[in-house]
Amino acid sequence: MGTAKETINRFERADVRSRWLLSAPALIIILFAAAGPLLVVLVYSFLVPGSYGDVKWEFSTDAWVGVFFERDIFDDTLSFADAHLTIFWRSIKLSMATTILALIFGFPTAYFIATRPERTRDIWLFLITIPFWTNVLIRTFAIQEVIRNEGVVNSLLKLAGIIDQPIPMMYTDFAVLLGMIYVFLPLMVLPLYASMEKIDFRLVEAGYDLYATRFRVLRRVIIPLVKPGIVAGSILVFIPSLGAYVTPRVMGGGSNLMIGNLIELQFGQGRNWPLGASLSIVLMVIVMIAMLIFVRYTDRSDAGHG
Amino acid sequence: MAAMRSAIEAKGVTRIFQSTGSDAVKALDNVSVTIRENEFFTLLGPSGCGKTTLLRLIAGFDFPTDGGIFLYGEDIAPLPPFRRPVNTVFQSYALFPHMTVAQNVGFGLEMLDRPRVEIEARVDAMLKLVHMQDLKNRRTSQISGGQQQRVALARALAPQPKVLLLDEPLSALDYKLRKEMQVELKRLQAETGITFIFVTHDQEEALTMSDRIAVMSAGKILQVGSPWEIYDRPTDRFVADFIGETNFLIARVNGVTSGKANVTLSSGANISATIADGYQPNGKATLVVRPEHAKLLKGAGDIAGVVENIVYFGTDTHIQVRLSEGGPFTVRQQNTRNGGCGFAKGDHVGIQIGEDAAQVLKD
Repeated sequence: MGTAKETINRFERADVRSRWLLSAPALIIILFAAAGPLLVVLVYSFLVPGSYGDVKWEFSTDAWVGVFFERDIFDDTLSFADAHLTIFWRSIKLSMATTILALIFGFPTAYFIATRPERTRDIWLFLITIPFWTNVLIRTFAIQEVIRNEGVVNSLLKLAGIIDQPIPMMYTDFAVLLGMIYVFLPLMVLPLYASMEKIDFRLVEAGYDLYATRFRVLRRVIIPLVKPGIVAGSILVFIPSLGAYVTPRVMGGGSNLMIGNLIELQFGQGRNWPLGASLSIVLMVIVMIAMLIFVRYTDRSDAGHG
Repeated sequence: MAAMRSAIEAKGVTRIFQSTGSDAVKALDNVSVTIRENEFFTLLGPSGCGKTTLLRLIAGFDFPTDGGIFLYGEDIAPLPPFRRPVNTVFQSYALFPHMTVAQNVGFGLEMLDRPRVEIEARVDAMLKLVHMQDLKNRRTSQISGGQQQRVALARALAPQPKVLLLDEPLSALDYKLRKEMQVELKRLQAETGITFIFVTHDQEEALTMSDRIAVMSAGKILQVGSPWEIYDRPTDRFVADFIGETNFLIARVNGVTSGKANVTLSSGANISATIADGYQPNGKATLVVRPEHAKLLKGAGDIAGVVENIVYFGTDTHIQVRLSEGGPFTVRQQNTRNGGCGFAKGDHVGIQIGEDAAQVLKD
C-alpha cells in the first residue's frame, strides 16, 4: 500500500512540474509584455519631466497632483484641474453612450443572424467582420466624409431643399459617438451572437405558449438567457471606447478630447511623460472599476444558476 | 358518459413545408379529426408521420397551409400561441433555466397578469399535484429528468388550459420512470378533467394510456378509435402492422352476412371474420390474425405449416411457423408451469383460427 501511495505522489509531483513547464511561455510573456511595461509606467509617474520629453530620475508626486489639480502660476494655490476632470467625465459619458447604443443596434443584428438558417449565418457573420479588414483610421475618415459640412448627408439634404446651411456635425460629441459606435459595433455583435446561437428556441416557444407576448418573451426569456453575451459585448465595447484615441482625434477635432488624446498629448507636444504615465494609470483604474461593477452585476443575476 | 362535446376539431388541415432548392413536403394532407372534451387522445405514428406538426398547429407554433382548427367551435388557426388557452409539455421540457421551479410554474399565470396571491396559491397547488412542493426553490438545472418532467407538467397545467398538448413527454425517461409517469399522467388527466392530446411513437404507451388513438402515417390519419378497436379491429394494413404483432393472410370473400364475412383461405378452409369499416367488396381480401388469437394443433387445422422457431418470453411463447402455402405465421401461446410448449422445431402443425379471431382489412 505504501509503495502505491509513493508512486502516486511521485506522479503527482511530475505532473505539477510538467504543468509549470507548459505554462512557462505564457508566464514569460505576461511578465515581460504586461507586468514589465506597467511597472515602468508606474515608476515614470513618480518622476520629473525632462526638458525634451523623457524623464529625470528624481522622485516627485507633481505628476499625480497635476492629474487632479492645477497650480496657479502666480500664487501657487491648487485648484481642481477642470480641464482634466471634464475630459474624464466626457470619456466615461461617451463610452457609456457608445456601449448602450452599440447594444441597442447590435442586439437586433445579432438576433437576426442567430435566427437565420444555419447555412446563411456564416455569410452574415462574415459581412459583420468586413469592416475589421480596413484600418480604423480609414474607416473613421470614411464616416467623416459622410457627415462633414460638404459631406454626403449635408449635400443630399441641400439638394433636396430641406436645408440652406449645412448642419454642423463634425467636431462634436455626436461625431465622436457615431465614429465609435461604427468602429466598435462588431465587438458587440459577435459575443451577442455567440450567446444567442446557444439559446434553445423551444424556450422561446414555451414562453409564447405560456401567454407571453413577443415583448414579454424578449424581456423575460431572451434577454436573461443572452445576459452573458450582453455583459461580454459591453465590456469589449466599453474598455476600448474609454481609451479610444484615433476616433475622437479625427471626429472630435482638437476640442473634444478623450482620455486617450490627453495621454497622447502629454507624451507628444506636452513633453510631460510623468503626467502621461499617471493619466494612463487613472485610465486603468477607471477600467478596473467599470469591470468590477460589470462582474458584480452579472454575479448577482447569475447567483444560484449552478 | 357526458355529452360528447368536441374540444378540438381539425377540418381539412393541410400543412406544406416549402423550402428552396427541394421539393415541397406535405407534412399533413387534408387531416380531419375531432377530439372530445375530457378525453385522453393520442396521436400515434412513426417519426415523420405528421403527428408533431398537427400538435404544433394546435399549439400555434405553426400555421396550416389550408383548413381550420377549432377550439370549442372557435377557429383558432390564425391566433398566435399566446392567445390560445392551450398549453404544451415539450419533449425536452423546455424549462426556463434562469428561473426556479416555482417561477417556472408561475410563469403562465404571471403572463396572464393574475394577482400575486392567486399565483402563489396556484403554484403551490400545482407543485403538490405533481409531488414537487419540496423542490420549489430549486433551479431547474438542479433537479433530475423525472422531476423536470413533473415541473413541465405543473407549468403547463397551472394556467388551467382547455387542452393540454404533450409532445412525446416520456421519451427521455428511462423505462421504470416512464411506467411511473404513464400512471401519473392518467391520474393527472382524471383529476384535472382537462383534455389531453398526447403525441407518441410508442404503441404500448398509446394503448395503455389513451381513451382514443389516431394512427397516423405519411401526413394522414388512417384510423381513429379506442385502443381495443385499433388493436382488434384495424382497418388498414399499416395500422395492423404498426401496432402489435400481426399475421397477414390472403383470402377470398365469399359473402357478407350480418356484418360478418365468410372467407376462404388459400388452404381451402372456410372461416368467418369481422370486416373493417369502409371495406369495398371485391372478392379478394387481406386478413389479419393476432398471434394470440390463433391456436396451434398437433393435427390438421385451417392452415398447415412447419414449426420454424420457438421463442420463450416468460409469460408466453412465440411459435413461428412457416406455412405450407408460403409466408410466416406466428402463434402466441400462454405458458404454464409444466414447462415446454408441447411443440418442437420441425413439427408439422395445423393452425386453427377461431370464430372471432380474424379481421378483413378495408383494402
